[in-house]
Amino acid sequence: MEGIGNGPRILLEFSLFGLDVKITQTVLSSFVVMVVLLILSWRLGKGLQKRPTRRQVLVEKGVSILYNLVEDTMGKHNSHFTPFIGALFCSSVLGSLISMFGGVLRSATADLSTTLTWALIVTVMVWYHNIKRNGFFGWLKGFSEPVAVMTPMNIMSEIAQPISMSFRHFGNIAGGSVLTTMIYGALAAGSSLLLSWIPNEIVSSIPILQVGIPAFLSIYFDLFTGFIQALVFCMLTMVYVGAACPPPEETAA
Amino acid sequence: MSELVKGLIAIGAGICMGFGAIGPAIGEGNAVGKALEGMARQPEVTSTLRTNMILGCAITESTGIYSLVIALLLLFVF
Repeated sequence: MEGIGNGPRILLEFSLFGLDVKITQTVLSSFVVMVVLLILSWRLGKGLQKRPTRRQVLVEKGVSILYNLVEDTMGKHNSHFTPFIGALFCSSVLGSLISMFGGVLRSATADLSTTLTWALIVTVMVWYHNIKRNGFFGWLKGFSEPVAVMTPMNIMSEIAQPISMSFRHFGNIAGGSVLTTMIYGALAAGSSLLLSWIPNEIVSSIPILQVGIPAFLSIYFDLFTGFIQALVFCMLTMVYVGAACPPPEETAA
Repeated sequence: MSELVKGLIAIGAGICMGFGAIGPAIGEGNAVGKALEGMARQPEVTSTLRTNMILGCAITESTGIYSLVIALLLLFVF
């Protein structure tokens, strides 16, 4: 039972200018995700013709869906956030799916450091836009918004936002991977139990139960949950940042 | 880490997960029920209702996931 629940293993340790750098599985899969996204966006982005090829139509459809989603949620004036939201969404989906491709590759989002970093980035963006719009003291005043006694409540909810966003995403993916590993182990035991009556050593060690079922499980846990969690994370990011940047005519009034 | 403590930790993890599952289940049941009623009443808005329902369920799920994370921590860290 011990081996199942541990987090990302440290793969490589070396010291760089006196700092000891630890490359964990999460760092490795994050780099793989970055490289894949870079190559993908470069290949899909080059050679755009007036008369689009099938591939280009597909890509344009995806980008326009993204733009519509951002403009519906955050308003037309905020559509310059779309690249950020798109990058967050793609790296989150690929970060969750990466664990299906390789043994050493653990999903990048199954590690709190990834999702907490994203949540903190979003919080800093919200604070930055708040301070830019109504000044530092305006932002501070914003905490005792309806009435002064609400100040601790507002501060609490300001802190709870990144924590709940990051824990939700991390918990879903990490919980899914732990459950999948556990059931994988149980299936191994089940199939060896099932085949134990065969005297031949090789035949009785074939993990028959392990072939089909984990694939179906990982479709739910990695594919569906990863997609939904990426969508939820991006929707909440859009709602928070959108709330921090209202339409220009409202601030001018 | 005597055997008794291990047993208590296991019970704690079980209770934490058990009670953590009641709330989201009821909430999501309500959400999906209301969404289906809406879809039945107005089939033309089915797509927007579906996406909002899935988003709402995912967000209500988060309290259940917190209790799952705590249960996993209890089991594998202590």
